[in-house]
Amino acid sequence: MARMILLTTLSILVLAVSCSFAGAADGARLKLATTTSLQDTGLLDLIKEKFDEKYNVSLDVVSGGTGIAIQYGERGDVDVLLVHDRERELKFIKDGQGLERRCIAYNYFYIVGPKDDPAGIKGLNASRALAAIMEKGQKSSETVKFVSRGDNSGTHSREKLLWKKAGLNYSLVNSSGPWYIDAGQGMGATLNLANEKQAYTLSDMSTFMAYRGNLTLVPLIEGGNDLLNVYVAMAVNPAKHPGVNCALASQFINFLVSDEGQDLIAGYGIDKFHRSLFSPARGNCTLIGCSAAECASPTAASCAAA
Amino acid sequence: MQEIWNGFLRAIDLIITLNPQVVEITTRSLFISLSSAFLAALICVPLGGLIELRRFRGKDALVNLIQTLYSLPTVTVGLIVFLLISRTGPLGSFGLLFTPSGMIIGQAILVSPIMIGLTITALAAVSVQIKDTAKSLGATEMQIIAVVIKEARQAVVAAVLLGFGRALSEVGVAMMIGGNIRGYTRVLTTSIALETSMGNLELSMALGMILISISLIINMLLNRIQGR
Repeated sequence: MARMILLTTLSILVLAVSCSFAGAADGARLKLATTTSLQDTGLLDLIKEKFDEKYNVSLDVVSGGTGIAIQYGERGDVDVLLVHDRERELKFIKDGQGLERRCIAYNYFYIVGPKDDPAGIKGLNASRALAAIMEKGQKSSETVKFVSRGDNSGTHSREKLLWKKAGLNYSLVNSSGPWYIDAGQGMGATLNLANEKQAYTLSDMSTFMAYRGNLTLVPLIEGGNDLLNVYVAMAVNPAKHPGVNCALASQFINFLVSDEGQDLIAGYGIDKFHRSLFSPARGNCTLIGCSAAECASPTAASCAAA
Repeated sequence: MQEIWNGFLRAIDLIITLNPQVVEITTRSLFISLSSAFLAALICVPLGGLIELRRFRGKDALVNLIQTLYSLPTVTVGLIVFLLISRTGPLGSFGLLFTPSGMIIGQAILVSPIMIGLTITALAAVSVQIKDTAKSLGATEMQIIAVVIKEARQAVVAAVLLGFGRALSEVGVAMMIGGNIRGYTRVLTTSIALETSMGNLELSMALGMILISISLIINMLLNRIQGR
């Protein structure tokens, strides 16, 4: 009996091994750490499909907030990053951790909330809206609540920036009462939570659109420079981390800024959401605060020089 | 309630039609957890035998410690293994992070205490006479351990299966070490976490049902072995 079980177990093992390796790609692997919005909306699945096919590689996508993605980069655990937090990106480049910062796409953040807008933020600018939510929330946390990502992501960074612009100290905001809910989760889960609690939250436009079907929340504040959301690709510096695949990372960034990549980004979501979820950076570089060089193809030489 | 029922129906549909995505994730899950259980068993069963047979100071304390580690939090193991195999860690040069191999190592570490502990318990139940007889016939220590393990094989197999069950159902190591990469390190538990956070509750239910079914099979095997 025991022998039979052992044999069965072993044969399942052998079967499983052969199955799992039969389907594996034999090309190189490129490790990408990305912010959740590009993954959860499905855009990266499309990009992966095209990129894998074109270069016979396998793009391995690890999805998390911008905070953890940049940390993976700093540890040399991934080859390339897709993130959206300008300050941390610039620091990453300045510290010599990254190369080839390229703006690839943009859209806007939304402040979303219950349809009846209990804090009356409609028509305000983003930072004033947050201040209004806090003021009403402190008075009556039953009716006015705000859910924060609270996970060091790019969206969380932007929220903190908006509090700062409103003249408020974030750590005080964070601990000022039950109206402020620290979710500590990704954008999708945060939206679901905000929906359950009929609370306000800050969301990138694309994730909100992708989840809209399950939500009763509506966008109350959209557009404006305060809510501009720029997605950026960076290669991890091989001089700091000898294990990373800089050549393939550059190739990936090249693919993203190429016409083919920009067309993929521009067209994504039209069939499903009747509008594109991301605008390509191409042609809008100045508008989104990127230099011309930051929209151009990376030079292949920079990996070798590093 | 409607949601649970729909999820249940969808789950059955996905399983019966052998949905490629579901099959792929299930196969990978089985492969990774079986490999980790196999790897752990290779090390833990002889090690358990050694601990059981030898007499040394602090043996009771060691066994106590091992038993405490049965409930080792999976995220803690995940974190420690992450720090070890991350590029900046001591084993970074092997590039194991975000690979199935890394997951196998992590899960093997996770289930080691259970396997060692249960092996010790299993071998302790073997009568002293068998050990003494083997010894008097001139067996080496390794030979004695082999004889005792053979004698207690059912309980040892049960220990290994239990370890396999824990590896299969854990999510901490799989998420932190594997990174939940689609088509590469995505397994049943990490899929459930992801699909739930994305609101695809029916698919989550389906994957959850598969996980429970596998656990059920393991449990039936365990009962079968122990009932003999």
